[in-house]
Amino acid sequence: MKKYTFTEKKDTRSGFGDAMTELGKTNPNVVALCADLTGSLKLEKFQQLYPARFFQVGIAEANMISIAAGLTIGGKIPFTSTFANFSTGRVYDQIRQSVAYSEKNVKICASHAGLTLGEDGATHQILEDLGLMKMLPGMVVINPCDYNQTKAATKAIAEYVGPVYLRFGRPAIPVFTDADQKFEIGKAWMVNEGKDVSIFATGHMVWEAIKAGEILAEKGIDAEIINIHTIKPLDEKAILDSVKKTGCAVSAEEHNILGGLGESIARTLGVNLPSPIEFVGTKDTFGESGTPDQLMEKYGLTANDIVAASLKAIERKSK
Amino acid sequence: MPEHKELERIASQVRRDVLRMVHGAKGGHPGGALGCAELFVLLYFKIMKHNPAKFSMDAIGEDVFILSNGHISAGLYSTLARAGYFPVKELATHRKINSRLQGHPTPHAHLEGVRIASGSLGQGLSVGIGAAQAKKLNNDNTNVYVLMGDGEQQEGQVWEAVMYAAHHKVDNLIAFIDYNGQQIDGPLKEVMDLGDLGLKYKAFGWEVIEVIGHEFNVLDDAILEAHKVTGKPTVILMKTNMGHGVDFMAGTHKWHGVAPNDDELKNALGQLEETLGDY
Repeated sequence: MKKYTFTEKKDTRSGFGDAMTELGKTNPNVVALCADLTGSLKLEKFQQLYPARFFQVGIAEANMISIAAGLTIGGKIPFTSTFANFSTGRVYDQIRQSVAYSEKNVKICASHAGLTLGEDGATHQILEDLGLMKMLPGMVVINPCDYNQTKAATKAIAEYVGPVYLRFGRPAIPVFTDADQKFEIGKAWMVNEGKDVSIFATGHMVWEAIKAGEILAEKGIDAEIINIHTIKPLDEKAILDSVKKTGCAVSAEEHNILGGLGESIARTLGVNLPSPIEFVGTKDTFGESGTPDQLMEKYGLTANDIVAASLKAIERKSK
Repeated sequence: MPEHKELERIASQVRRDVLRMVHGAKGGHPGGALGCAELFVLLYFKIMKHNPAKFSMDAIGEDVFILSNGHISAGLYSTLARAGYFPVKELATHRKINSRLQGHPTPHAHLEGVRIASGSLGQGLSVGIGAAQAKKLNNDNTNVYVLMGDGEQQEGQVWEAVMYAAHHKVDNLIAFIDYNGQQIDGPLKEVMDLGDLGLKYKAFGWEVIEVIGHEFNVLDDAILEAHKVTGKPTVILMKTNMGHGVDFMAGTHKWHGVAPNDDELKNALGQLEETLGDY
């Protein structure tokens, strides 16, 4: 098992905010919109340095999404920002009609996704957003795994022409990817090569997958770990190449197992290479108040859950 | 500049096109399209600075028109075609399979002149605000015009946009409301009364102009007046007659979403002069 270490913990939303500050300087067409959550989205610096290109929308997310679509008429590259719940479910029709169907170059940037939002509870902990967004024709869906990857992804989507959903989170988590990485949309990242089971993880679950890989190694199991930071378009080749080798799969995501990354992988395997697959994610349920760690444990989103799913998938191979 | 008499001739043809399009498709929304013919023609044949021969999505240096109540697409399509955005004969494909003239307009179909999809109501004013703010960032002194329905004012997002536009002083935007007092289920006053709509916009900080929507000179003067307003957005409440121009369609919600049959079409066309040649 390849060794991954970290020297600091940082929130992925800060990766977004810091990239926006850089983009403000390097790309004059980048504009930011925020629905009364400038501090939470780490956009204070952008607002301060580029006030003419920062649009405070107030608590009116539907208006924000459609204004962003309008700003593209005139060549702007709008980044909308609020919590993941208010970035997707609340404004689904605005995204569908004004952004996706209208083929607009809008970047929908969503923080506080999933259970790790914590104490505010289920009203704010969306676990359905990946599914909602991946179903929209033409929408790119990205869920990076740490501060550095989120920063790189933010810069990459400014270069890409078309609608994008970028999902990140609130808690400080290990920073373990390269600071100077190049982010390639739709290209999976090989975290660890192995031969016994393929673990496909996204977002906060990638670090848990690495910890799971270490536990499995102690049991003599050689896990392949792949970071699927882009849920759509899905890197099907990376998935199939890996499962051809290992013979079974585990998906790990901070999202409902219905409609998320796991189902996309299952569809890919079902069509091309039917193989055992196990799903680590929330089991068609809402979250609740609690600390992020408590919630991840209660809802089965820890390294140990990935280990258990891996053992089960491996066992099913021989049947 | 075309005289209003010439504009009236174009509007007559647009109305013929609308009726023939919905008849040909055996469906569509003639009522609102007929009621807004004067506005469409005035904007595209006199007011707007635009380039039909070379459509550009970004509209740098050009005025932008956003149709928020997308169901009256037949009126927009006819006007765009007559203004030269695409061949007039393409109007015959409206609402049919493999057409760029979808039931509701969309850039997804890559039709010249259409910059946003609309149909699900309440979004166009917000889109227009975005386009207007992009113009300000670009130091582009052209304008954005948005047309909404009156029933559409029942959508909450409209009021988010109304509040925003006043707060951000979006004064390069002029909104029009097709105030015909009708919606699908009946008269607005019965379905969901808007109260004093002009007063509501005033209270939100907008300049409000109320006009009759079928008189070119009155509408023209209102737009010129709106151009002089600075520091706030302007809304022009157009009192219109749904189905205007065809006696048996006028003033009722019955023709909101129904196509005329062969006899009704013949009757209606008999009331409208063919001025530019039918497609």
